[in-house]
Amino acid sequence: MPQLDVTTFAPQLVWLAITFIAMYVIMAKVALPRVGQILEERQNRIDDDLDRAATLKEEAEAAAVAYDEALTKARAEAQAAIREVSDQLSAEAAERQKALGDKLAADIAAGEKKIAAARDAAIGQISEISGDLTKEAAEKLAGVKVTDKAIEDAVAAVMGARAR
Amino acid sequence: MANPLSQFEIKPLIPIEIAGIDASFTNSSLMMVLTVTAVTAFLTLSMRGRALVPGRWQALAEVTYEFVANMIRDNVGSEGRRYFPFIFSLFMFILFGNLMGMIPFSFTFTSHIIVTFGMAIVVFLGVTLIGFIRHGAKFLGYFVPSGVPVVMMPMLVPIEILSYLSRPVSLAIRLFANMTAGHTMMKVFAAFIIPLGFLGGWAPLAVDVALTGFEFIIAFLQAYVFAVLTCIYLNDAIHLHH
Repeated sequence: MPQLDVTTFAPQLVWLAITFIAMYVIMAKVALPRVGQILEERQNRIDDDLDRAATLKEEAEAAAVAYDEALTKARAEAQAAIREVSDQLSAEAAERQKALGDKLAADIAAGEKKIAAARDAAIGQISEISGDLTKEAAEKLAGVKVTDKAIEDAVAAVMGARAR
Repeated sequence: MANPLSQFEIKPLIPIEIAGIDASFTNSSLMMVLTVTAVTAFLTLSMRGRALVPGRWQALAEVTYEFVANMIRDNVGSEGRRYFPFIFSLFMFILFGNLMGMIPFSFTFTSHIIVTFGMAIVVFLGVTLIGFIRHGAKFLGYFVPSGVPVVMMPMLVPIEILSYLSRPVSLAIRLFANMTAGHTMMKVFAAFIIPLGFLGGWAPLAVDVALTGFEFIIAFLQAYVFAVLTCIYLNDAIHLHH
């Protein structure tokens, strides 16, 4: 078996040492740092990208919050403005209505006064006419001269009984 | 070439002698140099692009790197990072040595017990040294199993020491025997192909085809086993668990 030939041991061990040490030095100093560096760079790049994505997400969320706030504020402002205008309008309307009501009430009162005056005048005329009528009727029918005073009293009595 | 063991013969290519030691450049030396060259080329040429998104070769080199890095992290922990270049070199040296030995008419230097023993003894001495440097005399406590009655100690401690000392032997013989047996078996079957003629030769040929696939698995597996066992021994020396 060639493996047990002791004379070949020395050259094999010498070259194993030479090649393995060379291998170790090349791996440790050149090859492995290069691979490790690239793997690290990639990991850093991925981490950076993830960080940036997180930052952007935060910014987007902040912008959304700001937008919501602005929207709420604008809505509140708009509502306040609407309320103010509508308050003003309703106040004006109420004022105008009140003025109209006052005017109407004044007109009504004036009309009622006029009506009352007209009625008083009419009632006065009625008692006058009915006095004349009574006087005439009494003269023509009964041939009695009735004094104005008596007629006035009689009419006033009747009118007083009827009038309310 | 009829002898199935002739493939393991060491043939000096350039006779060299330094200070009375035979340091001839042999077919074994040639394969070792080619292995180092191939591993270096694989790792440096593939990473030349330094691409953020790796291509095929770069991805392969990165996978190899992370495979060994994970092996060390899982078996040794974060303290193992310092020994990453050594274990990576060991793994790639054995793996490429085994794989290049699969090329017809080449030579498998891992099929020689002196080479595997040389690597195993370096691992053994290194790990023992690391144990003593980190723990001093307390490292000897590794040979005293915990939770065992004192009466049993005179029997168990020698067993522990013996099992510790047998580590480099088993490490060396496992790799050497696997490579030697596989290559010998392939050669034995190959020797039957031509003598059995056109009709009978197919059977040993089919066996050899199957064995070739099997040998590629063994080539990877033995490199992996060697590296993992190195990690486990290293873990014992660093953490003193038992």
